Amino acid sequence: MDVHSRDYRARARQIIEETPEVREAVNAATQTFVDNRQKAFADLDGTALSRWAERVKSHALSHLADYLEEAEARLVERGAHVHWAETASDVHQIFECIVREQGVKKAVKAKSMLSEEIGLNPFLESCGVEVFETDLGEYIIQLLGEPPSHIVGPSIHKSLDDTRVIFHERLGTPRDASPERLAEAARDLLRDAFLTADLGISGGNFLVAETGSIALIENEGNIRLSTSVPRIHIALVGIEKVLPKWADLPTFLQVTAKSATGQPVGCFVSMIQGPGGSPGDEPDGPEELHVVLVDNGRSRLLADPEAWEALRCVRCGACLNICPVYRQTGGHAYGYVYSGPIGGILGPGLVGLEETLPLPFASSACGACADVCPVRIPIPDLLHVWRQRAVERGLTSDVERSVLGLLTSTATRPRLFGWAEKAAGLLPAPVLRHLPMLREWSAGREPPRLEGPTFRELWDEGIE
Amino acid sequence: MRVSLFVTCLGDRFFADAAADAVRLLRSLDVDVDFPKNQTCCGQPAWNAGHIPQAREMAAHTAAVFADSDYVVLPSGSCAAMLRCTYPRLLEAPVVAERSYELAEFLVDVLEITELGSGLEGRRLAYHHGCHALRELEVEEQPVRLLESAGAKIVPWEMDQECCGFGGLFAVKAPEVSIAMADRKLDTLPDVETVVSADGGCLLQLEGRARRRGVPIPFRPLASLLWEARSGRA
Repeated sequence: MDVHSRDYRARARQIIEETPEVREAVNAATQTFVDNRQKAFADLDGTALSRWAERVKSHALSHLADYLEEAEARLVERGAHVHWAETASDVHQIFECIVREQGVKKAVKAKSMLSEEIGLNPFLESCGVEVFETDLGEYIIQLLGEPPSHIVGPSIHKSLDDTRVIFHERLGTPRDASPERLAEAARDLLRDAFLTADLGISGGNFLVAETGSIALIENEGNIRLSTSVPRIHIALVGIEKVLPKWADLPTFLQVTAKSATGQPVGCFVSMIQGPGGSPGDEPDGPEELHVVLVDNGRSRLLADPEAWEALRCVRCGACLNICPVYRQTGGHAYGYVYSGPIGGILGPGLVGLEETLPLPFASSACGACADVCPVRIPIPDLLHVWRQRAVERGLTSDVERSVLGLLTSTATRPRLFGWAEKAAGLLPAPVLRHLPMLREWSAGREPPRLEGPTFRELWDEGIE
Repeated sequence: MRVSLFVTCLGDRFFADAAADAVRLLRSLDVDVDFPKNQTCCGQPAWNAGHIPQAREMAAHTAAVFADSDYVVLPSGSCAAMLRCTYPRLLEAPVVAERSYELAEFLVDVLEITELGSGLEGRRLAYHHGCHALRELEVEEQPVRLLESAGAKIVPWEMDQECCGFGGLFAVKAPEVSIAMADRKLDTLPDVETVVSADGGCLLQLEGRARRRGVPIPFRPLASLLWEARSGRA
């Protein structure tokens, strides 16, 4: 996927000013997620769970190569093909080979943020493969030609009526169709796709090293169908998804579902360990299973001693839901596949800081994200690391540098500082409004009242 | 007991009366208040924006100014959080870190005050929790308890712990989002006569937006309300 982060402010403004319904839809959906998450953790020791999850993930990441090789060995024993892809174009090549050799014409696809990260759908379409997103939310935005705006709820920025309109235009449902009727129309169409597709594509929430199991969480049953009906299944798994032990999995499944939607666990959990009929496994399933282990910047981020912790992310989206910045715009403002707080630390790490600015600055540093992260990623601290680096590399504005330089040199000269505080009160309002930064302030807010004495003056006069 | 008041740069310029109220309040509780004249800015704007050398310079200056203070009391949650939680990352031995308190926190946790007076009888207030007071200092109940003990009703506000959108330079780097955040706070405000907060930045943000929109509710610093609680004088 191309990154368009540079336009963050303009896109955010456009969403807030021109499509207020997006802001309302995102706010309502995220509030529901937040409330449900809170209920789900009400009777649990969330801190103990997240401490445990943090430890397991950090351990797995610090022994990543060993666990990945262990997972690979188990998968190969069961007849799966394991591919290692360093870049997006490596993934594309792997798909191209499989698609060409097998004459694939139609693919059904489960929701996968990694597939968005590497721009899989446009690539497959360029190879002549028709791709059906089978998650209902993903299907809606596929019809609309939009990227997902949220990690878990890709179409939360859309209203029911938006879906009515696009389904009316594309699937011929009545303009006022009920949600049930809309779901039925999608199901009819997708059922046919499941039965006629040559290829099923999925991501992977977790990859258990000990057993070589790919675990997939979902609510709609579309992942189960995508991964079991077509004769070929390709699972795209980010290398950071590995868990050491089978016994680690149940808690991670629960913590992820509770953090994401407040469900005790997803409606369906699929465990995939090999193709159909593989030794010691069930007879059902695809004839071929390919597992593509994708790096795409992860190794580089893992080697970054200050920023690697972002890789613990389990993609639950809890930090987006709680983020008051995200909630004003939804994910499209960010111009990168991962939005919100987590996008501000994954983007610079996976793609590059220069390419994803100003995402680490698209945060009021309120810290709410750190409270809800189930793997205790210190998101505000990591955003701050990237801010520091942006400043060190000269990537922030000259005005900002001058203003803060001026503040520093004044603040280390107390007499000058006291005088400046007093003098600020003498500046006429029209002048103030045109000073750098105050201009942006004054566009939607009244400037602070500056009249009256400073505290220093009150103190000198004597406080009664 | 002797405390040093760190009025903060915003407090000095924009909330001078509230800072004077903090002095009156502390004196009324038999606390000896001094005001080291060389104090300036804690450095938070620079830190927050990622300008570390500048933040460190201001932190070193501030730490030196308050080096001999037994307690440093700030009428600002985020500046208190800067001293306590961030200075240890910037300075080698910031003794000032563990001696710094937000005003209400100091009253409740150090002076062990449970009530100030009855000066807020019948008042209907909303309390905005600044993010850094709440999450870094973990100051949540102290200001509310003091206000309530003086007779005020703190009206429940579903968004009382959500960020107002100030965020230091965030307010001017992403002004449209920042304003939308303030609007969300204002749109959910319950029926109250005054909104109170311990943070000057939040007050400037919320008040500035409310005035632009013509929302006629005053936004006032906690220090002033606490002095009213004590003295009964508005």
